[in-house]
Amino acid sequence: MGTYDTGSPYAPHTSAETEAMLETIGVEHEDDLFDIPEEVAFDGRFGIEAREEQTVRTEMRSLLGENDDLVEFLGRGHYDHYVPSLVNHLADRQEFITSYTQYQPEIAQGFLQVLFEYQSMLVELTGLSVANCSLYDAATALGETATLASRVRQTTGSRVLVPEHLRSGKRGVLENYADGAGLSVDTYAMDDGAVDIEALGDSIDDDVVMVYAESPTVRGVVEESLSAVGDLASNHDALFCLGSDPVALSVLESPGSVGADVVVGEAATLGLGTAYGMGLGMFATRDQFLRQVPGRLVGVSEDDSGRRAFTLTLQTREQHIRRERATSNICTNQAWVALRTAIHAASLGPDGLVELATDCIEGAAELAQRVDDIPGISAPVHDRHHFREFVARTDQPAPAVAGDLAEAGYAVHAIDDHLLQFCVTDTNEEHVDGLVEALSEVVR
Amino acid sequence: MTDELGKEDGYDQARWVDGDRYEPLLSEKHTREVEIDTPLPDELTRDSLDLPDLSEPELARHYTRLSQMNFGIESGPFPLGSCTMKYNPKFTEDVAALADGAVHPDRDAETVQGTLGLYAQLQDYLARIGGMDDVTLQPPAGAAGELTGVLIAKAYHEHNGENRSEIVIPASAHGTNFASAAMAGFDVVELPSGEDGRVDLDALDASLSEETALLMLTNPNTLGLFEQDIVEIASMVDDVGGLLYYDGANLNALLGRGRPGDMGFDIMHYNVHKTFATPHGGGGPGAGPVGVVDRLTPFLPSPHVRETDSGYERYAPEQTIGKVHGFHGNWLVLVKTLAYISRLGDEGLRDTSAKAVLNANYLAEQIDYEVPFSPFYHEFVASAGDTDAADVAKAMLDYGVHPPTTKWPEIVDEALMTEPTEIENRRSLDHLAAAFNAVASTDEETLANAPQRTAARRIDQVGAARNPRLSWHALDEE
Repeated sequence: MGTYDTGSPYAPHTSAETEAMLETIGVEHEDDLFDIPEEVAFDGRFGIEAREEQTVRTEMRSLLGENDDLVEFLGRGHYDHYVPSLVNHLADRQEFITSYTQYQPEIAQGFLQVLFEYQSMLVELTGLSVANCSLYDAATALGETATLASRVRQTTGSRVLVPEHLRSGKRGVLENYADGAGLSVDTYAMDDGAVDIEALGDSIDDDVVMVYAESPTVRGVVEESLSAVGDLASNHDALFCLGSDPVALSVLESPGSVGADVVVGEAATLGLGTAYGMGLGMFATRDQFLRQVPGRLVGVSEDDSGRRAFTLTLQTREQHIRRERATSNICTNQAWVALRTAIHAASLGPDGLVELATDCIEGAAELAQRVDDIPGISAPVHDRHHFREFVARTDQPAPAVAGDLAEAGYAVHAIDDHLLQFCVTDTNEEHVDGLVEALSEVVR
Repeated sequence: MTDELGKEDGYDQARWVDGDRYEPLLSEKHTREVEIDTPLPDELTRDSLDLPDLSEPELARHYTRLSQMNFGIESGPFPLGSCTMKYNPKFTEDVAALADGAVHPDRDAETVQGTLGLYAQLQDYLARIGGMDDVTLQPPAGAAGELTGVLIAKAYHEHNGENRSEIVIPASAHGTNFASAAMAGFDVVELPSGEDGRVDLDALDASLSEETALLMLTNPNTLGLFEQDIVEIASMVDDVGGLLYYDGANLNALLGRGRPGDMGFDIMHYNVHKTFATPHGGGGPGAGPVGVVDRLTPFLPSPHVRETDSGYERYAPEQTIGKVHGFHGNWLVLVKTLAYISRLGDEGLRDTSAKAVLNANYLAEQIDYEVPFSPFYHEFVASAGDTDAADVAKAMLDYGVHPPTTKWPEIVDEALMTEPTEIENRRSLDHLAAAFNAVASTDEETLANAPQRTAARRIDQVGAARNPRLSWHALDEE
């Protein structure tokens, strides 16, 4: 391709061109442009062999082919819903995917409008008035909220409260963010998979700056007493942070209506599909915390011709201006994933979103019933409403059952000695019969 | 042009053809409010959902038109200083889209040997490139990498029974350095630049103490200058028991010519969306892998990946700092990184730094703006002198090129921080230089009214912040 004759196919210089450019600069060789002291200079021998494009593709296809081809009934914070082809093709347009952060808004109106529309969709889904245009993932969004909680609090506090059932990775990230803000992370007990309001009441005091709850929980339980959580938090001047996702929020009670101050969660549940945990941190809050929001915000303004235009705004919150007093260190974010989420949400429309969410409720209930019908296993363990996933109790050791299921071609979570977890969505529901059959064989 | 033909849903075909672009919001086209009826009790659900409701062809047009109001790397030269806006090879997207790579993060290690093998290979490649002993791929961005590095330093010192409270950062450093240090609970000690734009050893000596946990440096620095005293700097930090951190934002300049590990750096992050050509995605996702030297490997985030006799495994390093991402990082970005490095190899990587530095030096020779600090590597900071650098940037937009980073670093008046990267050949550099020079000779009034040929004219930033309207709901309320 082309006439380049240098070492990188993406550095399109001919030798003659390089020579001429060196002459313009006034040096003989490109090595003369470097003044690295000899004692720390490197000869370039990493031992990495250059390969043709076709070779790299073949190699990597072969490497990833080492993954076992299992039908996944996995969730616990990372979900798979069918992503329409429309999303891939539009999101891969170079004007979107190769562009930079919109610091020159006059030539970035397209992406800015997409992000504004993404923010707007989150405002509708959360019932809160402000949404940012992305954090890394649900876990870092929760961590950012803990630091926000400690900043907005009138009096000092030193604890955040999280539910007993919480993904360990999410808690781990939260602990790292909280620690830097001088906060510790404490657990409140759950009752049959949902918030135990009495236990939470016992755990909370005026030293708590934030209470976190999820609906659906990491075990797929739909919470039934979120307003009571909100009341408890607000009685102690603590922020109520609610974790959820855009599909669940399409039908579940609006976070704004149950007193949530901040909503976080995994927005890549729409738009990305299974991606080894890569995500999109959703973040929405109330107007009163606007100037404490982490990450970027897109707002409306107008241009010199008086026409509506979009721009990044309230940037004095951010690291490139406020430095060590910024609301967060985040710079590079997940904008392109937000674009995908917005396109996916728009392509589903309100009917499609509600239908998808309804399937998540029905699918989990149906699979739980079928699993419960198998001797040696009972489901759901929690007598609650479920969304997408649920926990089952096995007479046999759960890890062994999960291992045998993997042999049969199905991946499920073993979350405790005798607890399995199953997640069912539109992308694996056609395999439910096979899963149930394999499970019956395995626990026999 | 004023014809009513072609006007629908607020979209004006004639205006579009003239290059005068505008696209109504989804919410201004068609929305629908749906009543919620699910198997759940009513008190657990919302009453209704009100969102845009459009056909697939309408959506395809909406997003295509929006994309046409956006400037990407394939739209024209993109010499945005410090951002390393290089061409994103197409094939890396195809590799990232391979179905076999789409696995859940909780899959048992034995069933995802391909994914873990890819992690191990990329960890190894990055370690070699940085001269580090091991690398974590978990941090999802450069700033997340900085926070990871700072947490590693903190854990290391605490493990040695020390509670060091300060991190030293040059005044000209990226804003994220300061913010990351503060997020981990450290006090920031700001190091003023020397007169030659580099670290002043006397000032450094004054800022280091037994409270110093870390010195964060980027090299070449934000002026594009190589820190000639790096060995001395490393030894001064070591003398007070501190660690030395390398901000990888400018690694493109050093590929195959100098390795942070060889220079005495203990910790570094890589901005793969800069150095290794993964797309910036309009602001992200990127990835910020962190490399460390041997004595710091026990502190790496968990889980880490390693090869054993029976394949690849995940494990928790002995003194791990824990988690910096909910799962394993930005997978799709990491796949593209490995594809790019594999394509280039030793020869391509070393040629990348050669051509990046060649291009910056050639471009600087061609433009009429003064460049006060040199010799520079992959980027230079020109000065717009008495002219507002922001005006220069807006005027450049009218020439079909992306402007440089402006007004930073502050050590240069009205800074134009310019990084053409290796992807431009002489023709496009000459075109870029012509754009700079045309603007340099433009009168002030024209500059103040620029841009004229873009989808939007100059946008009122102050108004946007004074009256924040951040959703279509806010617009409806007006």
